[in-house]
Amino acid sequence: MITLSSTFRISFRALRVNKMRSALTMLGIVIGVGAVIAMLSVGTGASRKIAEQISSMGSNLIMILSGATTAGGVRMGSGTQPTLTMADVEAIKKECPAVEEAAPVLNGVAQIVHGNQNWSTGVIGTTPGMLIVRDWPLLYGRPFSQQDIKSAAKVCLIGQTVVDNLFGGADPSGKIIRIKKVPFVVAGVLASKGQSPTGQDQDDVIYVPVTTAQKKLFGTIFPGMVRIIMVKAKGAGELSSAEKQITDLLRQRHRIGPKQENDFTVRNLTQMMQTAEQSSRIMTILLGAIASVSLVVGGIGIMNIMLVSVTERTREIGIRMAVGAKTWDIRFQFIIEALTLSLTGGAVGILAGVSGSSILTQLAGWPTIISTYSILLAFGFSGLVGIFFGFYPAYKASFLNPIEALRYE
Amino acid sequence: MSLITATEISRTYHLGDIQLKALDDVSITIEKGEFVSIMGPSGSGKSTFMNVLGCLDKPTGGKYFLEDTDICSLGRDELAGIRNKKIGFVFQGFNLLPRTSAIENVELPMLYDSISSKERIERAREALKSLGLEGRENHHPNQLSGGQQQRVAIARALVNRAPLLLADEPTGNLDTKTSTEIMELFVKLNTESKITILLVTHENDIAAYSRRTIRFLDGRVISDEVKSRQ
Repeated sequence: MITLSSTFRISFRALRVNKMRSALTMLGIVIGVGAVIAMLSVGTGASRKIAEQISSMGSNLIMILSGATTAGGVRMGSGTQPTLTMADVEAIKKECPAVEEAAPVLNGVAQIVHGNQNWSTGVIGTTPGMLIVRDWPLLYGRPFSQQDIKSAAKVCLIGQTVVDNLFGGADPSGKIIRIKKVPFVVAGVLASKGQSPTGQDQDDVIYVPVTTAQKKLFGTIFPGMVRIIMVKAKGAGELSSAEKQITDLLRQRHRIGPKQENDFTVRNLTQMMQTAEQSSRIMTILLGAIASVSLVVGGIGIMNIMLVSVTERTREIGIRMAVGAKTWDIRFQFIIEALTLSLTGGAVGILAGVSGSSILTQLAGWPTIISTYSILLAFGFSGLVGIFFGFYPAYKASFLNPIEALRYE
Repeated sequence: MSLITATEISRTYHLGDIQLKALDDVSITIEKGEFVSIMGPSGSGKSTFMNVLGCLDKPTGGKYFLEDTDICSLGRDELAGIRNKKIGFVFQGFNLLPRTSAIENVELPMLYDSISSKERIERAREALKSLGLEGRENHHPNQLSGGQQQRVAIARALVNRAPLLLADEPTGNLDTKTSTEIMELFVKLNTESKITILLVTHENDIAAYSRRTIRFLDGRVISDEVKSRQ
């Protein structure tokens, strides 16, 4: 039996003789492996980004919108008819066992002024529970308290984008800003969350106590009304039971008969986003599958060249058989040759894939993530391709008739 | 015990409906240390007989014993093992691997016999030296003359210490002077190293170097004469 090192030497020598041919054959595998790695990195990057955005929204999130108005037969959108109240928020918190926390949203857009800077942003009246619902830590300062809510204190928490635009990055805690000309003390700064899954800047926001918003900013003819209630369920498994409990509770509280429509809408945000994440994962698999087709095509290229090589070297095979090469000696020689082609191609392909995905990131701005798993997958797959497509030519070579092979011109 | 005992060997080829009897009941015994030439016109079956004796082909009928091994009962890989250890081949066209140095060509049979690389190089170097090719170890076949190439091939045939050397028209591609050198080399190997040599040739001058001549015609042995050497 021939040793492995001798087999490798024979294979390297044979590949060196036809440098151009070997390089072109490898190119097929280089492209295949490179494409698999680059495509998987694009897909993984996209789903990681979506996952990050989902977790930035807060986990296990349910949103309740107040109902739609109907004026003269024309139905307006959700939230136009204020049907949700502060009392609903308290009731959801107390009576729905699957709910961890609930917070109201009473929002509007306002002009904010600090010194000689001004900025227009969304102002949200809410309760301290909001920070729990959204999993939103503070960068500086303190959250507002129940006391602030009761006394309708003029304090606010501001997002990073607002800080950047009004203060240029310095810690603004304790400074005074004017919202709609009403002076507010900055109690704290919200940590940066970046874009939401829908592309909005989540940091462009100001939180004020809901009572203050009702009384000082967005005076409403329906006191105690809120537009949206944000709810955090106790766990991912309890999202749908929370949804059901909230619906039942609100129908009861709003005295909606069995055949009447809800005057509110419950949306399970997390579930929506998880669907988006799942579809991006499917996209990753699809991209990888398409790219691996090119790897298979590369493998067919190897098989083609190996068949040519076996024919060209018929006499060599005959000589080896005459001096005592056995079936597997010949087979190993050609399989190792195919494997050398595919693994060298695979190694170069890893480099191509890694640099390809970093070029994609730089030129197209796509988030890409190269996982060790995808490299191992592509490299292992290229090895399998080499063995699979090398086997038939090797098998053919090993069954040549030595007499005919020796006579081959 | 004889080295080669071939009894009623036949080899039939099927070409469509036609049956071609390349060998027809050939029985030959060859002792250790003999130098035999095999003669006959083209198509007489001498090459087929050499292929059978060389374990490259299996007879369709009859029995062939090499030493005490029943060759007909062996499989493909076992035959390869016999070729590796018991038989050395020398061909008309040399059949060296191109783009491969002389020493690596000589190492070839040992590659398939699990011999360490140190011993391989040592034995190959020695074999080349004994055939007067010292200093040519790293030459490729295309850098060597015909006679030198054939001597590399002989070194390859001898390097695994095979008791039987089969030469198929070894001087067919060589000029007269080189042919004489090669034949004298065979005589020396036969007398000094006691290697059994079977030689296929067309030429009477070449056959004259051997001590026994077997003539083939139409797949049969027509004469088998031993002559005394002067």
